[in-house]
Amino acid sequence: MQNEWPLWEIFIRGQHGMSHRHVGSLHAPDAEMAIKNARDVYTRRNEGVSIWAVEAKHIAATAPGEKGPLFEPSESKVYRHPTFFDIPEEVGAM
Amino acid sequence: MSAVDQQALFQFLLRMGDNTLVLGHRVSEWCGHAPVLEEDIALANTALDLIGQTQFWLGLAGEVEGKGQDADALAFRRDVWDFRNFLICEMPNGDFGQTLMRQFLFDAWASVTLAHLQTSSDERVAGIAAKASKEVAYHLERSADTVVGLGDGTEESHKRMQAALEYLWPYVGEMFVSDDVDTAMVAAGIAPDPASLRAEYDAIITRVLTQATLDIPQSAFAHKGGRDGSIHTEHLGHLLTSMQWLQRVYPDASW
Repeated sequence: MQNEWPLWEIFIRGQHGMSHRHVGSLHAPDAEMAIKNARDVYTRRNEGVSIWAVEAKHIAATAPGEKGPLFEPSESKVYRHPTFFDIPEEVGAM
Repeated sequence: MSAVDQQALFQFLLRMGDNTLVLGHRVSEWCGHAPVLEEDIALANTALDLIGQTQFWLGLAGEVEGKGQDADALAFRRDVWDFRNFLICEMPNGDFGQTLMRQFLFDAWASVTLAHLQTSSDERVAGIAAKASKEVAYHLERSADTVVGLGDGTEESHKRMQAALEYLWPYVGEMFVSDDVDTAMVAAGIAPDPASLRAEYDAIITRVLTQATLDIPQSAFAHKGGRDGSIHTEHLGHLLTSMQWLQRVYPDASW
């Protein structure tokens, strides 16, 4: 018998128009309870309008050992950063 | 409104507020003790919701009584015989399953009752009911899910849930016994007749308990006395001792 409930990663959208953000993890027996638990653990102070729960084992992740080849090449390419543009204030959060 | 018997309305509001106060305190006893962190937080949220509802019900009760008692005075300065909650609300927590079974049996009653109270002729009552029923809809979803999960779970959890149901069943009937206070509330259009809610209630609990593979006891015997304050169980005094001691020892203490 398995005694540990599976681990779920919780993503919450704070307001309409924003994207879901990872807020943390929790344990739950199934997806429905994961969402209920997320509601109780992570939205007590009116943080969200939408919750996603993903079982942690379904998330594919990069390996820490591959950090160099994956990310370092972009460090030297300053022209990829859009810091040369003036962004009008009306655009809001991007 | 002047035609409404204010004494009966006061009693009705005490019943509503004492149910949520006593059950809310019971549920809060789990804080820091629940089997897993997630359930601990969920139970604390439920307790806080119930105590929040208490503030509305007892606040209005104090207003209707007109003797200068606010919700705190009513919660912390009354003794056992003044309480008007259902006996089921004061029953001990037992194990986690028993707590959730008690919660489910109460939530189902609350959801049915609050739905009717939203059309109360007293708009203060209707307002509190509208706010509370959103919270209670979630409580019911959660407690029903847990009752199904544990009832239709392992052999051990099933056995415990069946035992919890049999232990609490004799306290269900009290929720549907009508008396003079109810007659006055029905006449004034303030609240439904409790006896008339039984069919709606039975539909909810039959659906959930059947899904939970639990057998609903056939006995109609009901312990009574909480709602009119004539007899409470021995458990309420102990509960009040821990809930009220600070205001009893240091009256009007604040921080």
